[in-house]
Formats: sequence, structure tokens, C-alpha cells
Amino acid sequence: MSGAGSSWGLLAEYETPDALVRAAEAVRDAGYTRWDAHTPFPVHGLDDAMGIRPTRLPWLVLGAALTGTTGGLLMQWWMNAVNYPIIISGKPFNSIPADIPVTFELTVLLASLTAFIGMLVANGLPRFHHPLLASDAFRRVTTDGFFLAVEAGDPRFEAEATKRLLEGKGATRVVTVEA
Amino acid sequence: MVTAAIPRPSRDNTSADPEVRAPLVLSGNDYASVTDKVCSIVEAKTPPDAWKLAFGIAATFTGILGLVVLYLITTGVGVWGLNKPVSWGFDITNFVFWVGIGHAGTLISAILYLFRQKWRTGINRFAEAMTIFAVICALMFPGIHVGRIWVEYWIAPLPNQMSIWPNFRSPLLWDFFAVGTYFTVSLCFWYMGLIPDIATVRDRAKGRVRQIAYGIAALGWTGSNRHWHRYERAYLILAGLATPLVLSVHSIVSFDFATSMLPGWHATIFPPYFVAGAIFGGFAMVLLLAVPCRAWFGLKDVITPRHLENMCKILLATGMMVGYAYAIEFFISWYSGNPAEGFVFINRAFGPYAWAYWTMVFCNVVTPQVFWSRRARSNPWLIFGVAFCVNVGMWFERFVIIVTSLSRDFLPSSWNSYTPTWVEVLTLMGSFGLFFTLFLLFLRFLPMVAMAEVKAIMPAPHGKAHR
Repeated sequence: MSGAGSSWGLLAEYETPDALVRAAEAVRDAGYTRWDAHTPFPVHGLDDAMGIRPTRLPWLVLGAALTGTTGGLLMQWWMNAVNYPIIISGKPFNSIPADIPVTFELTVLLASLTAFIGMLVANGLPRFHHPLLASDAFRRVTTDGFFLAVEAGDPRFEAEATKRLLEGKGATRVVTVEA
Repeated sequence: MVTAAIPRPSRDNTSADPEVRAPLVLSGNDYASVTDKVCSIVEAKTPPDAWKLAFGIAATFTGILGLVVLYLITTGVGVWGLNKPVSWGFDITNFVFWVGIGHAGTLISAILYLFRQKWRTGINRFAEAMTIFAVICALMFPGIHVGRIWVEYWIAPLPNQMSIWPNFRSPLLWDFFAVGTYFTVSLCFWYMGLIPDIATVRDRAKGRVRQIAYGIAALGWTGSNRHWHRYERAYLILAGLATPLVLSVHSIVSFDFATSMLPGWHATIFPPYFVAGAIFGGFAMVLLLAVPCRAWFGLKDVITPRHLENMCKILLATGMMVGYAYAIEFFISWYSGNPAEGFVFINRAFGPYAWAYWTMVFCNVVTPQVFWSRRARSNPWLIFGVAFCVNVGMWFERFVIIVTSLSRDFLPSSWNSYTPTWVEVLTLMGSFGLFFTLFLLFLRFLPMVAMAEVKAIMPAPHGKAHR
């Protein structure tokens, strides 16, 4: 364990989602960059209050879907019409209509896996240790606690001033989280 | 809006009054009490006695399933009652039955999500779990019916020693891709929904083993809003992808039949008819499981009478779609003027398998009609009974389609009848054992209600509740 001097940051708890949103607006306007809100469920309006820019995940998914479509068509054409042509019921070797079901399924498969895995990777998950998870106060975050955490690594972080900012917005308590 | 003046009984939210927004969670629960209710099932030292009894029975049948499948693999498919021309019997009937059951989960989680049906949050988690387990049961049947299971990899487009590739013009191969994709996507969807709720169980866990096990499964979820942002977007995308997927899967399953030349199978109505039947059968299974679960585990405030009522309405609607398809099949067989088609349908209704046909019609078309009555839709015992009937009826539907068409096709000289052997009967019962074993384990170890999603639709404390 590191000493009391190495603080990871400050953790503030709020009573309601609305109070959290107002606090997030204040922290955003104060120009902080390394901070986050933690809630048991996605809270409406918090994205705007925090100034989060829309994720690029949909574009990644679109790319994966197009890869699935073209890859699926090319695979079936190459396998059944080029590499080992098989005559089935006198149909043409390259019969696009018959290739559509597999093409569709591969499109959906690649797009879905990209959405799921891309979401985890972009979020830095799985991650099996986080300083916040060591904090007892933080355990309510998955039940009914609404938290705002500011990292000590933030250029604007000053233990006292930041604490005052968080308390000024109605935090029920502000605790220091150890690194 | 003045809501205080309207008396609102805490246990009944089935009012049809459009001026009153029906609460989705009853009895004044707040965030913490929802967590407590759902997590207490997972945290209880011992499960309820009903769970133990059910698990004992289910596990026994799972064991029997293992033995009969071993017997099948070591001896050959001759242990089944299949013959020429009836080369599909219980195996494919069970496959289509289980795949159909598996459709309700994704329908609830994806389609109802896109339509913003907020009541879905009470039931989506265990409907999705049910989907996963039903698809596992379904995938087993084509897996074992090929006989030589050790060459099953031939179905995948892998390079092999014969330098030959799968035939992509076969609907049976489409089926492999469709059901395989469906299973994978459903699993992602289900697990993704579980991550925040597993984190809840992790944060409440007392023992070291539980903390580590749920800690690993929760993937380090901290409820970060930057994470929620991508999570919600990914969830919406998955719902958008799963919606056409769920419609495609049973369509492709129906192609197994529709692309053949056999009378009674070669019909363009098959894809929508199969999809409606799948939703019908799937919702019946959700009701069959929801009615006892909410009573045994004290979840009547979260899975409310309104949830049951809504599902009954869906059952009634899809049941009538299925009934319509039965009628149209008859009409087209007459209207086509094709004697082989005409014969197949007369034979279904009045031939040697007429008992199966009329069981199907009674269970699927007649019994759901009770749900025109609001009293019937709020009687859990009646709902359970009808849901049971529908499951029986939907199994017989597939049996009738497969066996009557195969046993009497164009040439009377090639006709034959089909009777299942004890091995097939035990395999069917065993697949129910497997399904319920997995489902009961899920109830015991994972949160059966999507807590994070339920909380998101509850009115916020003190703040302005959205109206």
C-alpha cells in the first residue's frame, strides 16, 4: 500500500441524478478534463452535462458490417464457383440469390461482435482493478449512489478548491480516494 | 396532471384508463429495494424448496439425455424410428420447436426496445436467458441427427483433406449460419445487459469467492458515465441488428422446408408463418416461466400484472396470425388446383395423424381466445394453463408439418408411417431437462431482472419525474 500522500482523486456523492447533473455541469465549466460521473444506470442529460462527444463506435460497426457483406459474398463465390465448382440442380455456379442468406448472417455477425467487443475495448474493459473499487463509499454506485470522481492527475486539480467546488453543488460527502 | 386524486391500488396496474400512466414497478419500491429484491435471490444461503425439487428433476433428465445421446452416437441413427421417406421426425421437430422458443427473448430485448416499450425491462433478462438455453437445445438436434458427429466440422467453410467446400446453395447450410449467428448475437446481447447487474452483485458480495467470481464476470464495471455512453450506443446498435436477425432466423429455418418440392412444404407463406409461430411459442414459454418465478422469488412488484397482461395480448395476436396461416394453407392447397397439395391437407386433417393436427388447432387457435377477456388476462393460473397448451400446440405444429408431408408424398408406393422409439421420446424429455437445468442455474446465480434497466424507467427521487 502506498502512503496517505498518494491520492488518486476525490469522490463526491450526490443524493439524486438531478443534483449529479448540476454538479457535472459545474465541473465541466470549470475546465476539468480527467473526471467522470458514476451511476447505477445511464442518467438522462449527463452526457451533455459532461460534454461527452458522441462515440465513433457506429462507424466502426458500419465498417465491420460492410466487411461481412463483401467477405461473405467473395467467400461463397470463390469456394463454390472458382476453387471447387460444384453443379447443384443445374443452378449457375455463382448464384447471388442463394448467397444472400449467408451474406446477411455474416454481416450481422461481424457488426454485432464489433459493437460488443468495440464497446468493451473503447471503455478499457475488462479491467480488474480500479482505485474507486477499493473505496467502501463507492460500493453503492451499482445500487443507488450517484457519484462524481475527479482525478488528482487533472491539471486543474487542487485538493481544497476542487473539494469546495464539489461540495458547493450539494455533495452529501466528499472523500479522498487512495491510489 | 392531478394524480393524487386518483386512487391507485398498489398491486394492480392493469387499468385501461389512458389518463393514468401505469406504474411499471409497484408498491413504492425505490432503487435500493429493487436491488435488494433481485439480489436476495442470488444471495440467499439456500434456494427455495420448489427450486431444489425442480432442479433435481431437471438434472435427472439432463443425465438421461446424456445417456441416450451417447447410445445414439455409439450405435447410429437406426436407434430412432426414422425411415424412408420419413427421414426427419422428432429430431427436426424438436429443433424447430426450440429455435422458435428462442425467438421471444430477442423480440423482447430488441424489437420492444426499438419501439420504446418500457415494460420490457421487467422481463427481458430472463427472456434472453431463456433464448440462449433454448437455442442450445435447438443446436443439439441437428448436431446429433447427422449420426457421424465427428465429421461435423465439414459444415464449416474450413480447408479440409478433401479440398472441397460446403455447398452454399443449400438451405441446411444457411440454417447453420443463421442459428449460429443468432446464438452468438443473443449471447453478446445477454451478457452485455448482465455486466452492470453482475457488478451490483459484486459490490454487495460478502465472501471472497463471490467477490472474485462476480468481480471477474463484471469485467471491472464502475458505472462510469463515459462507459454508459458507449454502452447505450452499442446496445442500440445491437438491438437494431438483432431485429432483422430474429426475423431472418426463423425465415431461414422455414427455407429448409419451403425450398423443397414436397407438397405441404413448398409454400411461400412459410417465412412469415414460421416467424409468427416462433414469437407465439416463445411468448408462451416466457409466460410459462414468468408466472411461477415471480411467485416463488417474490418479484410480483417488478413483473407486474400489467406485464402478464401485455404478454397475453401478444399471445392472442400472434395466435391469430398462426390460425390465419393454417387457414390460408388450406385455401392455397385448394386454389392451386394441385392434386398432391390438395391431398396433403386433407390427409393432415383427416388422415392417420389427424389427432396431432386437431391437437395443434385446439391448442394454438382455440385456447388463446380466452384472452379476449380481461379477467382471463389477469388470472395467473389460467395464463399458465394457456401458455402450457400453446407450447404443446406449437410442438405439434412442427410435428404435423414434418411428418405428414414426409410420410405421404407424391407416390403412394413410397408411403410409410412413422412412430418414434423410446430413444427419441427420452431425447425430447431430456432436452427439456437440459433447458430447465440451465434456466434454474441462471435463476440461482445471476440476477434474473435487469436491475439497471428497471431503475432507469423508475421515477427519479425528488427530481422532476418525466411525464
